[in-house]
Parts: sequence; C-alpha cells; structure tokens
Amino acid sequence: MDVVFLSRIQFALNITFHYLFPPMSIGLGLLLVIMEGMYMKTKNHFYKKLAQFWTKIFALFFAVGVATGFVQVFAFGNNWADYSKFVGDVFGTVLAAEGIFAFFLEAGFLGIMLFGWERVKPRVHYLSTILVTFGAHFSAIWIVIANSWMQTPTGYQIVGSGRGARAVVTNIWEVYFNPSSMDRLAHVLIGCWITGSFLLISIGAYYLLKRRSLDFAKVSLKVGLIIGSICLILQLISADVTARGVAKNQPVKLAAMEGVYKTKEYTPMTLLGFVDSKEKKVVGIKVPGLLSFLTFRDFKQPVQGLDQFDQKNWPNISMVFQSYHIMIYAWVAMAILAILAWIFVYRKKLEERRWLLWLLTFAIAFPYIANTAGWFTAELGRQPWLVYNVLRTSEGVSRSIVANQVIGSLIMFICIYIALFAMFIFLLNRKIKHGPEAEEREDVVYRTPFTGKENQ
Amino acid sequence: MELATMQILWYLVLCASVIFYTMLDGFDLGVGCLHLFAKADYDRRIFLNAIGPIWDGNEVWLVIIGGALFAGFPIAYAAIFSSFYTLLMIFLAGIIARAVAIEFRSKHESRAWRSAWDIVFFVGSLVITWGAGVVLGNLILGIPIDGNQGFHGNFWAFINLYSVIVGFLAVSLFMLHGLIFLLMKTEGELHDRLRNWIKPSMTFFIAMFVIATLDTAHTARHMLHRFLDHPWLIVVPVIMLLAIINIPLQAKKKNDGFAFLSSSLAIMLFFCLFGIGTYPYILRSSINPEQFSLTMFNSSSSATTLEVTLTIAAIGVPLVLAYGYFIYWVFRGKVKLDKSSY
Repeated sequence: MDVVFLSRIQFALNITFHYLFPPMSIGLGLLLVIMEGMYMKTKNHFYKKLAQFWTKIFALFFAVGVATGFVQVFAFGNNWADYSKFVGDVFGTVLAAEGIFAFFLEAGFLGIMLFGWERVKPRVHYLSTILVTFGAHFSAIWIVIANSWMQTPTGYQIVGSGRGARAVVTNIWEVYFNPSSMDRLAHVLIGCWITGSFLLISIGAYYLLKRRSLDFAKVSLKVGLIIGSICLILQLISADVTARGVAKNQPVKLAAMEGVYKTKEYTPMTLLGFVDSKEKKVVGIKVPGLLSFLTFRDFKQPVQGLDQFDQKNWPNISMVFQSYHIMIYAWVAMAILAILAWIFVYRKKLEERRWLLWLLTFAIAFPYIANTAGWFTAELGRQPWLVYNVLRTSEGVSRSIVANQVIGSLIMFICIYIALFAMFIFLLNRKIKHGPEAEEREDVVYRTPFTGKENQ
Repeated sequence: MELATMQILWYLVLCASVIFYTMLDGFDLGVGCLHLFAKADYDRRIFLNAIGPIWDGNEVWLVIIGGALFAGFPIAYAAIFSSFYTLLMIFLAGIIARAVAIEFRSKHESRAWRSAWDIVFFVGSLVITWGAGVVLGNLILGIPIDGNQGFHGNFWAFINLYSVIVGFLAVSLFMLHGLIFLLMKTEGELHDRLRNWIKPSMTFFIAMFVIATLDTAHTARHMLHRFLDHPWLIVVPVIMLLAIINIPLQAKKKNDGFAFLSSSLAIMLFFCLFGIGTYPYILRSSINPEQFSLTMFNSSSSATTLEVTLTIAAIGVPLVLAYGYFIYWVFRGKVKLDKSSY
C-alpha cells in the first residue's frame, strides 16, 4: 500500500472521527444560549438547571472535539508536507486566524461556563456561554473558508515551477470570499444546528418514554423541535443554493453526485439507485428533467455530464453518488419525523405514541449520517484534486515519510478512537440515565490506590 | 514594510507563542507530571481543579505555534512536521489522552476508573513534556535534511542522548513550575506538604540543568558561537541564573507569587537562549548547516501573507491577552471544591 493511499485513509479517519463532535458543540452551544437566555429572562431556576445539565453534556462533546482537533493541525504537515508547502501562503493564514480568533474564545471562556456558576454574576456567565458559542461558530467559519478555497480556489497566483511552485495570495478577500465559501458555510452551520436540536429531541423523547423529568423533557423536546424544524427548512434552501454553486464551479463533482455520465437534455435526477461504473450508467428510479430544473430552473437545459471531462479527473463516482444520496435520505427521514412529531404535538397525543417517541430517541443518528455523508460528498467529490484543478492529491503527500510510519500511526489512531468512542458513549449514556435531577455530587468515600487510606 | 522586517516580526510572534505556551501550559503539564505523587483522591482533585478552568486555554498556544509556523514559514512547517513524524504522533497520542483524562476522570464514581485516568493523565503529561523537550533538543542539534528538505534518517535519529537530556530538563523544569503554581493555589495541610516537595524538585531541576548545560557545551557547541561574537549577550544567562536562584529563596519566604514569576522568567529566558543560539535558523540541517538549513528568510511565505497574518495578530493578540487576563482573574485565589468541580 502506498503512502498516498494510507495518508488519505488516515486523514479521512481523523476528520470523520473529529467531525462527530464539533457540530454538536456548535449546535448545542446555540441552544444553550437560548436556554440560558430563558433563565436570564424569567429568573426561573428550572431553566438554570436545564442549562446546567446541557452544559455538562456540552463539555463532554467539547473535550473530545478539542482533543481530536489537535490531530488536524498536525496532519497537514505530517502527512501532506508538499501540500503544506504549496498552499501555506493561503491556507496557513486562514488556519492561524482560526486559532487566534476562535480557539482562545472557546477554550478560554469554557472555563467560566463550566466552573463559573458560583463565581461570576449570572450576566457574566451568560456572556461566557455566548462567547464560547461564538468561538465555536468562528472556528467553523475559518475552517470552512479554508476548505472552500481548496474546492474553488481564487485570489492567488502560482509562482515558481515544478516542485518549487507555490500558491501566493494576491487578494485576501477573494481567498476568504471564494465562490463557494459562503454557501458551504451556511450549509455546514445549519447542519450543526440541526444536530444540536436533534440531541434535545432525542433525549427529551427518551425521558418521556421513561416517564421521568417530565417538565425537563417537554421543554427540551419543544425547543429542539422548534429550532430543528426551522433549520430543516433553511437547510433545503441552502442545499439548493449550494448544489447550484457546485454545478457552476465544480461540474464534475455535480455529475458524480447524480451519476450523470452522458450530457443530454432533460437530465434526470436519480432518487434511488446504484452506479454501474463498468457500463458507465446509473440504474435506479429517475425523475426526468428534475436535475436540469433544479440546476437551471429549466427542465430542458442539459447538465454537463462526465463525458465532457477527461476521465483522469473524475472522482470515484459510486462513492460520491451514494454519500450524496445518503445525506438526502437522512434529511428526508428527519423531515418526516419532525412533521409526525408536530402532528401529535398539535393533537396533544405525543406522549402516548410510544413508537414515535422511540423513533425520535434514535433520530439523533440522522443528523450525524447527514453531516458525515455531506463531508464525504464534498471531499471525495473534489478528488483527484487536493486544490481543485491546481494540485493533485498524489502531489501533496509528504516525501519524508514511508508506508510503515503511516501504518503505525493509523493503527495508533484506530486504537485511540475506538477506546475514546466507547468511553465517550459510556459517559454520555450515564449522564443521560442519571438525568438532570442527579446534579448534586454524591459524596463518596474513596480508598486511595496506593495507601489504602480512606479519603474524601 | 520590507519583507525581511516582516519575516523577523513573524519570527518574534512565533517565539512569543512558544514562550506563552511553555509558561502557561508548562505549569499545568507540570501539575500532570506531579499528579501520581499525590496519594489521596482529595489532593488529586485539588490538583485537577487548580488547572481545570484554564488548562484548555493554555493549550491553545500550541495550536497557535503550529498555525503561526504554517502561515509564516510553510516550508519549515512542512519539513519539521513530516520529518518528526513518528515523534509527533507519540506527542499527539499524549495530547489526546491527557485532554480526555481530565474531562473523563471525575465523571464516574469508581476507584478503578479514577486510578486508570490518573495514570493516563500523568503519563500523558509526561510524554507531552518530554516529547516537546526532545523536539527542542533536535532543533538545537539539527536534523539530517538536504537542500530539498528531503529527510535522511528515521525515528531513531531523534532519540539521541542530547535530546533525551533536554527532554528530561523540560520535565524537571515543568515539574518545578507546576509545583510552585500548586503552592499558590492550595492552602492548609496539603499546602504544607507540598512545601516539602520543593527541595527534591529543585534538586532534580538543578541536576538536569547542569547536565544539559555541560552537554550543550560539548555536543551543541554552535549554540555558544553568538555569545563569543557578542559577549554582552551574556546578561541573558546571568539573569536566568538569578531567576532560578530566586525561586527557592522566594518559596522559602512564602512569596509563592514571586517564586512563580521567577520560574516564568526563567522559562522565558531559556527560550531567549535558544533563539539567540539558533538564529536565524528555524530548522538546522545537520548535513550542511550553512547551505541546507531552513532560516526565517528562506522558508517564509510571501509578503502579502505576512502582512495579512501580522494584521490578524495585531488585532487578535491583544484580545487574546485581555480575555486570558480576565479568566485568570475570575479564577484567582485558592482552589475550593464546589458542585461544578471535577
């Protein structure tokens, strides 16, 4: 196995695992701002307890998110040294901005958010919650800008040639506001808010099923459902804008997303199907003209197919196609569940529909599926390029490393992540089972591991 | 601004980040290196809660170092990170393990669970500290890279006697720094017991310091050249020595705050020595230092990027320092355990 392949696997593993956590910090952060805001407004202690409980859950996600995020800062230089040299001028600037504008805000005020309840005035605490949430959003802003530049690079020029070639910034505003950055940012952030909302829905539904912490459950469910539904609608609009941007800026990617091999009028959209890459066709349920309409607002105008492009610049069609469709299915599933939930809320019968409550409990999986599949679509769709149409993935890898080193670190990461994930789920599950009432710390007497002496 | 001016300015930003990182994360890593020496669960909780609200912010300086190197000196960033691959992977494992250990430890009331995380926290802190020292040692010695930043060596090239000694010097320094921080944050019986730890940790540090200094004069002689050319620079190590001597003196007088300032000053001057010795190299080539080394002038990004990043730093750093100050101020004083503690 070669270093490029192994490094790609490692990067995909790291980023996929990492990306289980930040969307929740971002989404839950926003919801904490809302919940603590309700406490600030009503001075009702119930809302304070609500906020405190969700803050602890937030802390758990945040901790693992930060720990795994460190890997990313290193990964570019570790495995993608030639890429780093090539884009350092552009990409490094954006990463440095993320560090200085986002991380300090998050990590700094998190201390007050977690430990400051008794130390600072409620207003200062609330301000800290807002700042941490801002920080988490800033972080997303910078990282999506950096990634979008790789998708649709602008504001740079290439100096030097061969292995000494580098992309140099000519206009920093064009780098920040490259053609895809704002569309994609909106898409990612709305996805994060949906993730946070569905955690509230899920745990609220679980408590309703277990007939406990009912007030708490109802408020969580309601807040989650309201924000989640708004975001699901917003996401539909954002999806449309983003996809049309892809059609314009990365036509190969769009062709791969829908498996359009041939350019022809009334381009269909495949609702469900699979890619036969040997025969170069897609088998499945198609709606003729739909993709043309979604892309150009015209049923007839043909969407550029893969036949318009050199095959050596194609991504893996089947993988891009399936991840894109999985993302859509996850959205559809969430939308159906939200509509059902609203119908029964309206009839005041939600608490009796146990099957629906069970579905809502497990619905937390859908935003995760959507986020991950969405990233896969974006990243796999960019292949074989690291920087679209500028630098190929195979040209970006570190030349100082050998396959054994990457295999070693890959095994290390797999072990760490399995252990981390198991313990994370264990603790999250425990926190939820304990519930918001069990907030008072039980004072247990411990025996110390070395002396056996009893201690508090 | 001239390109060279901006390169030097950005190098100073980088140095400042390294200094902030070691002064700040230094004490919480040091607390981690001392963690298993505290036997009782209560003591360990005090240790953890002393650093609890601030360690995360301290660690961000490490991200800043990475980001600043990437943005300002991408060629050096690429060369260092890909050459030090395996060492940095071990370092990363330490970072992940330690971060989750702090958060996970107190989330479950079980003795085995807590002891296991105590060990992870201790080992993680030790690995990060020692690893950072080894990286530094190798940056001083130089590594086998050619003119195209091709690396001629393997992992074992980094585990040389000199770098290992620098690694232990870092451990001893952070332990001392962490101990003094704990003296500031504790009271009562625990505080009195910690006071007895000063002597052994000071002894450990002095021993490592002497060994490392002698070995530098022997193995990394090039670090001394600039002092021979500019003898007035000798004031830096002299002040550093005075700061080090001042640590136990202040601690004896129970001026723990001043002792902490002294050890912070000592750390800062340590890095000044490093900077003076290695200037203008960022990554020294052991094959041919004159021709193949990466300096702040031949590995930097373009003028436009340096201008943008300097602007970002000029806006960002004052903000960062302001809220850093505010957060330390909120959590000033002795640690008291309450509902929200670990």
